[in-house]
Amino acid sequence: MSEWWTYRPEDFLLFSPRVYWRLFELHNADWWPLQIVALLAGLSILTALLRPRPWSSRLNGIILAAGWGFVAWAFLWQRYAPINWAIEYVVPLFALQALLLLGVLSSGWLTLPDRRRLPRYIGLALTLYAVMLHPLIPLMSGRSWQMAEIFAMTPDPLAIATLGLLVGAHPARWAWPLMAIPLLWCLLSWITLDTMGSSTAWVPLIAIGLALLGRFWPRTGRANST
Amino acid sequence: MPTFNPMSRRQVLQGLLMATAASALPPWQVLAQHNGPKTRVIPSTGDTVPLVGLGSWITFNVGDDPELLEQCADVMAAFFESGGRMIDSSPMYGSSQATIGYGLDKLDAYERVFSADKLWTSSPDEGRDQIEASRSDWGVSRFDLLQVHNLRAWRENLETLLTMKDDGELRYVGITTSHGRRHDEFETIMRDYPLDFVQLTYNPVDREAEQRLLPLAREREIGVIVNRPFQQGRLIDRLGDHDLPDWASEVGAETWAQLILKFIISHPDVTCAIPATTQVEHVRENMAAASSPLPDDDMRQRIAETIGEL
Repeated sequence: MSEWWTYRPEDFLLFSPRVYWRLFELHNADWWPLQIVALLAGLSILTALLRPRPWSSRLNGIILAAGWGFVAWAFLWQRYAPINWAIEYVVPLFALQALLLLGVLSSGWLTLPDRRRLPRYIGLALTLYAVMLHPLIPLMSGRSWQMAEIFAMTPDPLAIATLGLLVGAHPARWAWPLMAIPLLWCLLSWITLDTMGSSTAWVPLIAIGLALLGRFWPRTGRANST
Repeated sequence: MPTFNPMSRRQVLQGLLMATAASALPPWQVLAQHNGPKTRVIPSTGDTVPLVGLGSWITFNVGDDPELLEQCADVMAAFFESGGRMIDSSPMYGSSQATIGYGLDKLDAYERVFSADKLWTSSPDEGRDQIEASRSDWGVSRFDLLQVHNLRAWRENLETLLTMKDDGELRYVGITTSHGRRHDEFETIMRDYPLDFVQLTYNPVDREAEQRLLPLAREREIGVIVNRPFQQGRLIDRLGDHDLPDWASEVGAETWAQLILKFIISHPDVTCAIPATTQVEHVRENMAAASSPLPDDDMRQRIAETIGEL
């Protein structure tokens, strides 16, 4: 691309805010009542973070993998890609993330912390926000509640919850690769929302900051694993 | 005492038949016959096209949202009813082409539209397939105008379009740029290739095209399509805090948008400006700008200075 320095983020925004938010409204209408199942799945992950069990990692892996796969197909491919051709290149990354989560978490290579340390609290906060509070954002922004972004059905809360699960997980050599795609998505989402002038653009940016803070927080001794 | 001229039975029947035929026509075919916008000649053929067209960047990219598709079709209906013809799109604009196709089908406006689209690929081998996909989305039998979008792989893509024109698959060939980018290369292509149209950005605050490209278009007998007339709405937003000057009424402008459009289309080398909108009232407002009076040179200068200072 020549004269790349003359381009601004809005030159790459192909759609208007009203079209973007309508995606979620139509998505919710088409998939109702899957939202209830998604909410229960999110609560299951929260419970696993609060009280890790021997099977928590495997269950979380299956839930998150299903979420990333579903969002890749039902939201990104079916709904978002028609108005944003760049999303076609994101869909394979979401599919890859689903496979990685399934493979790493269900194999037991990655475990969740049960010590009361900052990364764990950050993880809990991120996941709690993604599952319980993020769907309420439309009400804060003056939009219809029917445009709610639901965990495991739409990308932002799914990526934030995934970061929440992984921020305190160990060992780091497995956690980092699993965090790369959620971090990249949050970055892309922040740019998109900020370019649209959305008042909630800071949400994915804060999630990135918290996830990195938790991940880089000094670890004193090995946490107990489940 | 008034005289009464009784009509013959034949005259009555003829009148009834004409009224019936007129009511069966789409409304724009009736209205455009006597109250349409001003037009300008396409230099390469002598055909004419209304001075204001309809862009689709962002505004028509609505996916398969049924409610928004209907809104876009309403905008197209108002556009045609106001006498509009040229609609411009690109494969880069998401679902805009399919939205236009939806509107054309719903309004049965295939004969009315001047279809302007673009070739947008870095892989010239895929050019023909992309054009066919675009044509299918529009639902037209062939495009009136195809343009190499933002000079992307322009040598090969332009060759494809010129071949199509030679083969009778296309009426006009052009190239596009926006925001003042790559004007040097643009100028070279205008000099070296037999273009029918160029598309560029021009408005009261983006006037670089006046220096070389617009005079060259006149010299080379190339039509000029103007994109981003309102800087994607930013210019209108900026001016929205200010009252329209009283003297705007001298050129029949009732809004900032009309004043800007009248500035653009009053340039003698501009063939058509293509503002995009999602609102019926805005498309009517835009089309109304393509009417007399248009500003003269002094008024054009006044418009540019005033808007530039605000």
